[in-house]
Parts: sequence; structure tokens; C-alpha cells
Amino acid sequence: MADNRQNTNVTMRTPRARVKGLGASGHGAGHFWTQRLTAAANAPLMLAFVVIVALMANRPYPEAVALMSHPVVALILILAVISVTAHMRIGMQVIIEDYVHDKKLKLLSLLANNFYAVVVAVACLYAILRVSLGKLV
Amino acid sequence: MAPTVRPTVAQPLSPHLQIYRWTWTMAMSVFHRITGTALYGGAALVAIWLVALASGPAAYGTVAWFFGSIVGRLVLFVYTWILMHHMLGGLRHFIWDLGYGFDRAQRMGLARATLIGSVILTVLIWALALTLR
Repeated sequence: MADNRQNTNVTMRTPRARVKGLGASGHGAGHFWTQRLTAAANAPLMLAFVVIVALMANRPYPEAVALMSHPVVALILILAVISVTAHMRIGMQVIIEDYVHDKKLKLLSLLANNFYAVVVAVACLYAILRVSLGKLV
Repeated sequence: MAPTVRPTVAQPLSPHLQIYRWTWTMAMSVFHRITGTALYGGAALVAIWLVALASGPAAYGTVAWFFGSIVGRLVLFVYTWILMHHMLGGLRHFIWDLGYGFDRAQRMGLARATLIGSVILTVLIWALALTLR
């Protein structure tokens, strides 16, 4: 938040903090921007994801692996996983900060949110790379 | 400047959700958060599906069987709709971010378009997926 007061001596904030302008949260508008950036990436990536899932349906295992191993499919999925997990991590953090007011519960929720997002991201990325590079069939 | 003293009486709170008459824009705003939360949980299903594929034919067979069942298909159908709704809701936010669509009629139109558009897209995706196989 901009500090527009004439006399800025009446403040606990350091001049450096004012200059950085990152506010009480410590990250300024960074989350807002990242949320829009990943949203813009998610729209085409998730439409492609829906097509991939539809193509995967009813395929026997070797064919499913072959489709997932295609470089374009693997690349789209990797990009989607990175963008989506970053987006959902920030989204859930905002929800937690809005609705969970108990300090301990809030801290635990924020921790769990980060762990969940990272576990989902790493599990997906590992699986995609294993399938596409691992010669499973 | 005198230090502010916190009063001991309960402060009046601003009216919460249950006080307001529901409007389209409000409903779609709340629904954007709900769909976001649902997609957050659904990401685990995607992870399970991918890890099963990487684990081998037996694991993949089990997961593929579940998603091919009636319950599994219902989950996927609702998931598609939620995804489309959240996506259109996000596009609506982009329109607002650019400074458009704030008139009353435009707000209402965008809110309705989010719901109607998400249903149309979902039905379209499933119709295409089921006919093109």
C-alpha cells in the first residue's frame, strides 16, 4: 500500500521497507501477478489437457504409454503441471488467509498447502518423465 | 497523538453473506472459489492417474477401470464442468482487469455467460470425446 503521508517520521516502518513497497505481506503485488500469469497459461494448457485425457480413455496400456511418450503430449503435460500447481498453491493460500483466523491452524494450513502443491507437482512430473523417457513397454 | 485504546465491548461486524440478497455476480464469485477448491482436490486425482501409468499395467488397469466406471465417469464429467466454469470465471476476471465489463448489464451478462458457457463447453467436450473415439 502506498504511503502518501507528508510526515513519514511517524511510522514504525523503515525507509528501506517503504522504498521496496512490498507491504505487510512482504510480497507486494507478486501473488496477484503470478496468479494472472499462470491463469493465462492454464487456459490453453488445460484445454489441451482435456483433449489428452479424452484421447487416453479406453486405450490399452501400451497405447496409453505410447501416447504419453509423445514429446508434444509430455511437454504440454509438464507445462500444465508447473503452471497449475503454482496457481492452485497461491489460490488456496488466499482462501486460507481469508477464512482461517486461528494462528496455529492457519500456520498448519499454509504448511499443508505448500506440501500438497509440491507433492502433486513432483509426483506428476516424475510420472510424466518416467513414462516418456523410461521405455516402460 | 494519543494511543488508541481497544474497547472492551464487541465491535459491530459488517453484514455477512447470509444478510445479502443473492445476485448473479455474487453467486458466480463464490462459485469461482468453490470450483477452485474442487480443482485443488482434483489435482490429486490427476497425480494418481499419472503415477499409476508410470507404475505399470496392473496399477494403471485399476485406475483406468475406476475412471471408466459409472462413478468415475460422473466424477470426470463434474470435473470437466468445474474446470470450464473456473476457466470462464478466470477469463471474466481478465476482462475486468483490463477495465471492461463493469456496467450493470455487462456484469450480469458476464456472470450468466460464465454459467451457461461452462455447461455448453462441458457438453460439447463430452459429445466430441464420445463420438470421436
